[in-house]
Amino acid sequence: MSLLKLNNIEKRYPGVKALDGVDFQLREGEVHALLGENGAGKSTLVKVMTGALQGDGGSMTYRGEPLRLKSTAQAQSVGISTVYQEVNLLPNLSVAQNLYLGREPKKFGLIDWKRIREQSREVLKRFALDIDVTQPLSSYSVAIQQLVAIARGVDMSAKVLVLDEPTASLDSDEVEQLFGVMRELRDQGIGIVFITHFLDQVYAVSDRITVLRSGCLVGEFETAKLPREELVGHMLGKELQAQAHRAQERDERATGEPLLEMDQVAVRGSLQPTSMTVRRGEAVGLAGLLGSGRSEVCRAVFGVDKKSSGKLKFSGRERSFRKPAEAIEAGLALCPEDRKASGIVGPLSIRENIALAVQARRGWWRPMSRAEQQELADRFIAELQIATPDADKPIEQLSGGNQQKVILARWLATNPELLVLDEPTRGVDIGAHAEILKLIKKLCGEGMSLLVTSSELEELVAFSDRVAVMRDRKKVAEIEGEDISENNIMQAIAEA
Amino acid sequence: MMNSRFTSLYVTGGLFVLLFLAGSLQFDHFGSTRVVANLFTDNAFLAITAIGMTFVIISGGIDLSVGAVIALTGVACGVLIGQAGLHPLVVFPLVLIGGGLFGATMGALIHYYKLQPFIVTLAGMFLARGLATILSDKSVPIDHSFYDAVADFGAFLPGDAWVGASTLILALVVAGAVVLAHYSRLGGYIYALGGNAQSAQLMGVPVARTTISIYAISGFLSALAGIVYSFYTFSGYSLAAVGMELDAIAAVVIGGTLLTGGSGYVIGTLIGVLIMGIIQTYISFDGTLNSWWTKIVIGLLLFAFIAMQRLLTARASKEMAHA
Repeated sequence: MSLLKLNNIEKRYPGVKALDGVDFQLREGEVHALLGENGAGKSTLVKVMTGALQGDGGSMTYRGEPLRLKSTAQAQSVGISTVYQEVNLLPNLSVAQNLYLGREPKKFGLIDWKRIREQSREVLKRFALDIDVTQPLSSYSVAIQQLVAIARGVDMSAKVLVLDEPTASLDSDEVEQLFGVMRELRDQGIGIVFITHFLDQVYAVSDRITVLRSGCLVGEFETAKLPREELVGHMLGKELQAQAHRAQERDERATGEPLLEMDQVAVRGSLQPTSMTVRRGEAVGLAGLLGSGRSEVCRAVFGVDKKSSGKLKFSGRERSFRKPAEAIEAGLALCPEDRKASGIVGPLSIRENIALAVQARRGWWRPMSRAEQQELADRFIAELQIATPDADKPIEQLSGGNQQKVILARWLATNPELLVLDEPTRGVDIGAHAEILKLIKKLCGEGMSLLVTSSELEELVAFSDRVAVMRDRKKVAEIEGEDISENNIMQAIAEA
Repeated sequence: MMNSRFTSLYVTGGLFVLLFLAGSLQFDHFGSTRVVANLFTDNAFLAITAIGMTFVIISGGIDLSVGAVIALTGVACGVLIGQAGLHPLVVFPLVLIGGGLFGATMGALIHYYKLQPFIVTLAGMFLARGLATILSDKSVPIDHSFYDAVADFGAFLPGDAWVGASTLILALVVAGAVVLAHYSRLGGYIYALGGNAQSAQLMGVPVARTTISIYAISGFLSALAGIVYSFYTFSGYSLAAVGMELDAIAAVVIGGTLLTGGSGYVIGTLIGVLIMGIIQTYISFDGTLNSWWTKIVIGLLLFAFIAMQRLLTARASKEMAHA
């Protein structure tokens, strides 16, 4: 029986349609995986079904009745509970307080702590948790906190439990424990929406799968009847086809000497031991689904995250960058994935944004003259065809594609030997997209090496001399030369 | 095992006992019930304010307006009782409600306009201080039979120790505050806000109501402290209690409440006030030390306590990492 039904949900943000007529149906007693890549609209859909956001169109029915949600509190009160990836409980309060905050049993108008403690122990027993409920939540591991959050949701008579990437920070035993709880709850008739980007977990625990892409519904599938390759194809928007033969003309530059060599480099908690090499003048693509470890490789190379083991050689010398400044010094540059949060400095002008990295490299006690900055900015505005009347316009007023070009310019101005681009074409319009790809090829021709992540297979095929495929936070395959095709990449991503 | 949540409370309590013993050994008459009783009488208004401040700081905020509200309350009492001739029992509810509303308004501004508590309550401080000066820029004497009765109300404990109205009011406030903090939903919400406001909201905590209540409580208790202060001085003066908000914050921190919010105890704050009081007593017993030494010692204590809190939280997160 259908428990929660969303019909034709729409949600618009200025300039984007986050959800475009999406349907979603959750039955009683099932684990329903909700999948999609970045920007697919998963989190928007979850927010709509948990009352954190209101859709601009469409309707919801809950147990056969129409439902309009105005707040998460209202969703909780009708029986829709959410557990987020970042445990959204209160670490400073005791486990018992976390379970009963806002609905404490009272005696003579005062909170009845004895009863709260007893009931807490009782509730947690169902989850096979035997812990001291008077201790602060922060004294327990993330896995236990996660279970406490679920216990709170279930105890508030949840009929629908939304688990938003609950396994992201759990180890495999803890994941198993969580899955045990999920199966038990499912058998009790609770409908569970499970959001994850680990395909293994989807197949391990879910009954049905709904896939979203770019704000649209791709389809709803029975897990047992959907082969992995097909699922990946749905997520990436590519159907498996007979191998498209593309006589790629690849020149001999891939045989240059190695510039970056990673030997079993690992980062605690985010990257499994991974080895790869980037040669001079070579563009290496990093493929994989969201959360597969693509960005983590970039961050480890650039010294944003400290590697916990393994060796990293750059220009033949063993290096261990402790912070980005050292990587920049050595001749690396990184354009981060999240342009808004970690790339542009919004209110500063284009000129200032471009000059930032060069200035940082020179040291702040040797300021660049205004004329120098201007010259630098003008050169790159012309070279990269940044659409702006002059270099003094605040960067936040530019379009996404032009912002991305400014960031590229910032790093190109430092003349790096290795440029790391994390999703350079995300949120960039088609025209700028093509230009950025052209630029990547041109840079390689000039002898610069590039390490580029992308979720778009077509793009990877277009510019890569080699593609490293990431899955579950490690490299699972490397595809070279003639073999680089969308199909091969997709198969490598999906392989179990 | 000792519950680590109470560590800073134990340290604060131990320090008070230590200071008291040190004074008792060094000076005759220091170790008496009278000195202890006077600690409460002399610091009741500060303790009442600091208890309000405790809730604000636990919630992750700050209230800089409390000293000015005390002055405004005092002047308002002076004008309404001393000059307009109203009965104190009519005036007190008025100024208490006024203090509560003043705080509630600041809380509403902080919540609805997403303003920094620091800046809103700083504005509140200037506003209240200015209003007090406009009401009267001179000290207004309060001469009323009710005030004389209040001054006489109380009892001697053994050892010539006077327990008066101020101490009794403080006792009621402490009891009420403990119940509020640990036996009411609002108390849980206040700790929740200080723990993580966003999580609290997602867990269904009524953030608006809670924020407004917190600052209303602080405003109300400041007004009450203003009344108690006027029992002490028999007057209202617009320049009274200048800088007292900082004493209150210091007492809260010495009492073991984290400035980052989410953790702290009313009893800790009370002991914090008593520690500040006992340092003062010690210095007046000594007689040769300049009274500014009080500030110097309190400054050093604050440093020590902040460093200790840092260590405790660092240790806690380390344990967490090993868990």
